Amino acid sequence: MFAILFKLFYTFFYIGVFTFGGGYAMIPLITEEVTRYGWVSSTEMLIDFIAISESTPGPFAVNIATFIGYEQAGILGAIVATFGVVLPSFFIILFIAKLFTRFATNKYVTGILKGIRPVVPGVILSVAIIFILRSVFLVEEFQFENFTLQISTIVIFLIVYLLSRFWKKAHPIYLVLISAVLGIIFFGVI
Amino acid sequence: MLKIFFSFFKIGLFTFGGGYAMIPLIHFYAVDKYKWIGEQEFIDVIAIAESTPGPIAINSATYIGYKTNGVKGSIAASIGVVLPSLMIIILISMFLMQFYNNEWVEYAFLGIRVGVSVLILNAAIRIFKKVEKNKLTYLLAIFGFFMAFFNVIPIVIIILIGGIVGVITNVLIHKKEVD
Repeated sequence: MFAILFKLFYTFFYIGVFTFGGGYAMIPLITEEVTRYGWVSSTEMLIDFIAISESTPGPFAVNIATFIGYEQAGILGAIVATFGVVLPSFFIILFIAKLFTRFATNKYVTGILKGIRPVVPGVILSVAIIFILRSVFLVEEFQFENFTLQISTIVIFLIVYLLSRFWKKAHPIYLVLISAVLGIIFFGVI
Repeated sequence: MLKIFFSFFKIGLFTFGGGYAMIPLIHFYAVDKYKWIGEQEFIDVIAIAESTPGPIAINSATYIGYKTNGVKGSIAASIGVVLPSLMIIILISMFLMQFYNNEWVEYAFLGIRVGVSVLILNAAIRIFKKVEKNKLTYLLAIFGFFMAFFNVIPIVIIILIGGIVGVITNVLIHKKEVD
């Protein structure tokens, strides 16, 4: 029990240290770590956790940490994982607020960020494509021979994608709900 | 102290969809209602929150909490903003597994997974749009994509390489301008 709690803590601490630019930037690192330790039974389940984390209040990072922590070690696990993901921010900001108020204009800091900022969307795009391959084309872990042309998921993808293009201010929660309804219609009703 | 805690508790409870959705509400409590910080400082807080690792919500809560009440204030604000999520997700986790294998819930999730993939795809595009465009940033984005997609090196290493390249080019350019 102690071992898993410790692992949850330092993994989420590590995720907290290396996430720049908000919730979505955290998804690639979480996917990598969680898959490595086998903390969810499948990538599908991780995507479901991400969906719920996007549709519930609060910071995405905290939601997903709580989810995985609870899944692994109950309420204590949830608290430890959340604590881990929050702690790096807490210390870094405390340090800046106390000693380094010109942080955001320091030339080394802006340099680091100028390099990290373009890398982050590239990494997020790779996760997006992996998730699309799995959820739309039902590809199993890079075995492309299992590529399935399933009309229903392709149609759902097109509907949600076009909707998100035209309804730009749509909150993620609406798109998640609409996708749920489409899933029920295409798989349950038709 | 209690005011800080409850304000951030409400911010955590009423914002869906992460950090950026929180900014207007943080502004309402911290600048308009309680005047913990001024308008200019608020802009600085957001800049700092964006340029430091970790969730923007936690970063700004810690900073504003510290400015009003020192370390105690930052602890109160951070716990406040985290607590609603923690309770809600624990509740959902307790009941989720009972529904998870239900046939209709499974159908819903088949759709939801597609929807989430679209959300993440859009996030990648949206974040890239905000990046300053030049040869180097395109190169770094492509580098990040391929390294992560083909699992060549761990994501943390990809991010570190980005940071190192950024510092080197930024400081060199700076030096050139000075010369």
